[in-house]
Amino acid sequence: MARKVVITGLGATTPIGGDVPTMWNNALKGVSGARTLEDDWVAKYELPVHFAARASTPALDVLSRVEAKRMDPSTQFGVVAAREAWADSGITEVDHDRLAVAFATGIGGVWTLLDAWDTLREKGPRRVLPMTVPMLMPNGVAAAVSLDLGARAGAHTPVSACASGTEALHLGLDLIRSGKADVVVCGGAEAAIHPMPIAAFASMQALSRRNDDPEHASRPYDTGRDGFVMGEGAGALVIEAEEHALARGARIYGELAGTSVTADAYHITAPDPQGLGATRALKAAMFDGRIQPEEVVHVNAHATSTPVGDKPEYTALRAALGAHVDNVAVSATKSQMGHLLGASGAVEAVLTVLAVYERKAPVTINLENQDPEIPLDVVTKTARDLPAGNIVALSNSFGFGGHNAVIAVRSI
Amino acid sequence: MASNEEILAGLAEIVNEETGLATEAVELDKSFTEDLDIDSISMMTIVVNAEEKFGVRIPDEEVKNLKTVGDAVSFIADAQA
Repeated sequence: MARKVVITGLGATTPIGGDVPTMWNNALKGVSGARTLEDDWVAKYELPVHFAARASTPALDVLSRVEAKRMDPSTQFGVVAAREAWADSGITEVDHDRLAVAFATGIGGVWTLLDAWDTLREKGPRRVLPMTVPMLMPNGVAAAVSLDLGARAGAHTPVSACASGTEALHLGLDLIRSGKADVVVCGGAEAAIHPMPIAAFASMQALSRRNDDPEHASRPYDTGRDGFVMGEGAGALVIEAEEHALARGARIYGELAGTSVTADAYHITAPDPQGLGATRALKAAMFDGRIQPEEVVHVNAHATSTPVGDKPEYTALRAALGAHVDNVAVSATKSQMGHLLGASGAVEAVLTVLAVYERKAPVTINLENQDPEIPLDVVTKTARDLPAGNIVALSNSFGFGGHNAVIAVRSI
Repeated sequence: MASNEEILAGLAEIVNEETGLATEAVELDKSFTEDLDIDSISMMTIVVNAEEKFGVRIPDEEVKNLKTVGDAVSFIADAQA
């Protein structure tokens, strides 16, 4: 029998809260973290998108100036979230050789890379900082968290675009089940609100252009949805073998019951319109966790608010859960905080764990005219109570490249 | 042309900016690695910032000879002369 894995620590820094309690309170209220960007580069480069959802607490308000200097902004967010999760877990003593990190990013140190390129062109090679390489490498965040916590059972960086954060939990679960680690700090971090990624995502018509009304731009499942809103931040979860958590008398939020990763092998960016890869991922995660569809009461959907993306996820949910999908409370939390790319799966995992633990499903905002082709029971306006007893919640993440990742969280 | 005192003060600011060490800790007889715990990556950043601040060139092969703060002050003073 596989080792049972539980979640014992949560951390987050997001556009709707710089820590978990603030984020959770806002997620239950229903707020928008999207704002008009005040940066002069928006006008300078004539960007077609003028808004994004910035982290509500700048990392420099939390980290010291000197430690932040050696980290790309994405790593700064990751370290902030990982420290919160670690403190929240209450772990005081750990075998550091049995402590691993699985910390994802979608893009990596894009600010560092592009700043260094600007420096090279404007000032020459001598002025390119010696810390440039360790700051831009995608594994920089996992390495920084490992260094910060003394995690020596490996520091891993799953990279699968917007599925990365969820894939980190998939990897973490495997590390514990296979006996390679007892405790894993899982998470995802992203800081890509820079003119180049904005231009690139806009170029592929992925971003909302509701420039005159940023707070209503991210509207999953609404007929007026026109693209996602760029977000930034990080989420982190401490997961550990159940016997390890019980031995230290830990507060347990829930069980990481099952996870899965599949690939569409259909198109580099477009989702399979039948949602076949997503369906296989949902079924695989439920199989992994020995979960019956009827146990599922809540789904934190990927739901980015793009015209083409939201519907195949519904198709997949119906295929995986059958008629029971009509009884499931669905939350699309990107409506509030935008799309945190490689961090989104980790932040949404934190929300999913809290939904199970607190038995409340967060609010989906901006849903005014629900797409009739997506007849899900979406939680809108006020948070919804989830039932007592044994419950399961799922969180989906899908990424460019045809990546599908799903986690299943069971109540304790 | 900066005096040795001015070079020391300028260098102390650069070290403080890079490492967070108090400027008063940056004294002539202090070793960058032994006393100030500055690693090679921070040292290169300090060197490049010092080049810009004092308008001198500190060749890479010279950096390993700058063991103490006093060595760096002397090198910069000579280079400016």
